[in-house]
Amino acid sequence: MSETSLKGRLGALALVAPLVLFLAIFFAWPLVSMLKESVSDPVGSHAFPLTAAVAGDWDRQSEPPEALKQAFVDDLRAIDDQQLLGDAVRRLNSAQNGFRTLMSRTIRAVEEQPEGPLDLVAVDRRWADVRFWRAVADSTNPYTDRYLLAALDYERDASGRISALPAETSANTAILLRTLGIGAVVTLACALIGLPYAMLVASVDGWKRQVLLGAVLLPLWTSLLVRTAAWFILLQEQGLINDTLMSLGLIGSPLPLIFNRLGVVIAMTHVLLPFMVLPIYSVLLSIPRNLMPAAASLGAPPWRAFLRVLLPLSLRGVVSGSLLVFMTAIGYYITPALIGGAQDQMISSVIAFYAIGSANWGMAGALGAILLVATLALYTVYGRLSADRAGGR
Amino acid sequence: MRSRIGILAMGGVVAAAIGMAAPAQARDLTVVSWGGNYQDGQREIYFKPFAEKTGKPVLDETWDGGYGVLQAKAKAGNPNWDVVQVEVEELALGCADGIYEKIDWEKLGGEDKFIPSAVNECGAGAIVWSTAIAYDSEKIAEGPQSWADFWDVQKFPGKRSLRKGPKYTLEFALMADGVPPAEIYDVLGTDEGVERAFRKLDELKPNIVWWESGAQPLQFLASGEVAMASAYNGRITGINRSENRKFKVVWPGSIYAVDSWAILKGAENKDAGMEFIAFASQPENQAKLPQYVAYGLPVKAAAEMVPAEYKADLPTEPDNMKDALAIDVDFWIDNAEALTQRFNAWLAQ
Repeated sequence: MSETSLKGRLGALALVAPLVLFLAIFFAWPLVSMLKESVSDPVGSHAFPLTAAVAGDWDRQSEPPEALKQAFVDDLRAIDDQQLLGDAVRRLNSAQNGFRTLMSRTIRAVEEQPEGPLDLVAVDRRWADVRFWRAVADSTNPYTDRYLLAALDYERDASGRISALPAETSANTAILLRTLGIGAVVTLACALIGLPYAMLVASVDGWKRQVLLGAVLLPLWTSLLVRTAAWFILLQEQGLINDTLMSLGLIGSPLPLIFNRLGVVIAMTHVLLPFMVLPIYSVLLSIPRNLMPAAASLGAPPWRAFLRVLLPLSLRGVVSGSLLVFMTAIGYYITPALIGGAQDQMISSVIAFYAIGSANWGMAGALGAILLVATLALYTVYGRLSADRAGGR
Repeated sequence: MRSRIGILAMGGVVAAAIGMAAPAQARDLTVVSWGGNYQDGQREIYFKPFAEKTGKPVLDETWDGGYGVLQAKAKAGNPNWDVVQVEVEELALGCADGIYEKIDWEKLGGEDKFIPSAVNECGAGAIVWSTAIAYDSEKIAEGPQSWADFWDVQKFPGKRSLRKGPKYTLEFALMADGVPPAEIYDVLGTDEGVERAFRKLDELKPNIVWWESGAQPLQFLASGEVAMASAYNGRITGINRSENRKFKVVWPGSIYAVDSWAILKGAENKDAGMEFIAFASQPENQAKLPQYVAYGLPVKAAAEMVPAEYKADLPTEPDNMKDALAIDVDFWIDNAEALTQRFNAWLAQ
């Protein structure tokens, strides 16, 4: 390799370095740590090192051995990091509810008696329940699959086998499928509206085009929250749409447009429409204008020319627009929360509950990881399908 | 855990790098509360006078709750908030986790100046507030009297609105099912009690519109979207005063709780924050609150100074408190996560 080309390469590398650094810090690192968070469980092993050493000797079924109990008491006596203890209690409570009050009672008792054996069952009857000891022993393993399993509505039972959680206690899979479903419907609606609209925009000139483009772009510059609130006003039972229809005598009672799936799809379609229209529009602009007259001159009626020439050529835009819309749609949170009913909440709201509401980062990470994997899988299938199509033509 | 701190640390490095462009400057005392007409009132009687007294500006910000928010801020170190108003379970959880500074009760004039439930080593009570049934007396003349009426869609047609989440909702369902307020948490502490609450909720489920932020239920009532809603009592009285509405509060079966001022661990202005809490706990300052928003006062001397015209709307009035229920913070810090998961699954069905 000559010296100049090496220099050129280094120069190019230096030019992209800020971008690479940016991606590494703000994209790759958070993603990797989220994935790590979903399987790592270091709190228990840090907080209870002595318990961790003897936990392996216990079969998790029978009465826990005295050595384990004593090790746990000694660990509690040794902890002086308040925040670590707090994390450990949260971790235990998330595996078995009741641990918070149990631990504060136990910690008080341990402080009162700083040495010698301590009868925990006398402190609180719950220590006679083997489930609490199982939670303690399980928490000392630094890696866990419980978050990932729980994100898919599974758990490990007492003997360590994977079993499904009862349907009434966990609905993450249903909510995830619903999220993908809503994303698909919104993408379809955007494509059905966006394609004709983009063709219209591309077919006119001058101020007409500016107005039509502005109609798509203006909402894009408005805050998401404002647009959602506007839909709330339009769709509500005594809102503009229902009032107008009622005063025209078209309907006798208000249509249920809000707090249901229909409202969510309408509002999300409007919010995401620019992401469909703009890619299609830019593709349409690159199609030579003389193709349609050429098709006509070869005897094709307009609908046929459209189906055989314009539509296939504009599909590239539809494909990239659909990807953009779908990927954005499955992360939606505000619109379903404000416009949707209880049956329309998407996976982001569950993730937000675990992250913001209960500081359970493991669960939030696991749900995020499942969403990521599902999306990547869909993307791969999609990539295959569109590649086949391109190859076949 | 370490990786999360890593992200926050890296965020801090980047923020510091950006911040270096500007000259280093101490942050003003930042006080965070619940927004709405409540914070407007606080601004008039606490934030502005305190800024005048000390000669330093006070920044006030708004938050919507969520323990994760506070925990992340405190864990990252050097939090950008100093004083935060928190709900009981955020106080209890955070105090156990050590994310708050200890309250200097000497500065506040001693613990016995406050009602007992407002005293905590990590927080000093700011208000006593209530969640109760609200309805529009211009639309329903003979209003509901209890949660059983709230559930009765034959007698009172129309949709209902409840806060989305198991807290409050399960208690209300049990009261509607005939459990007396004093026994609610005993019943809810058993698996059968939880079943019973969800079965009762099943009855009303098709008629419920869920709300998430405190302004929503009143908006739903005002627009006629729902006939009744659970709402924060201060907001109900507030909208009556500001928009001349005739919304009514149903006190029997309401659930009250104390909100507290707390200082985040390692906050830059923690001393000024402590001064601020002392200022906001002085009886003559606190006694002005009810003329802005109808919340009860935890400082005993302040409660006595409230003019009679405002007293009737406060949750702490003996008449209003008679059949009310105090939230059981121990129950909720133990069960919030499991019951929220269950509640979300129930919603999704």
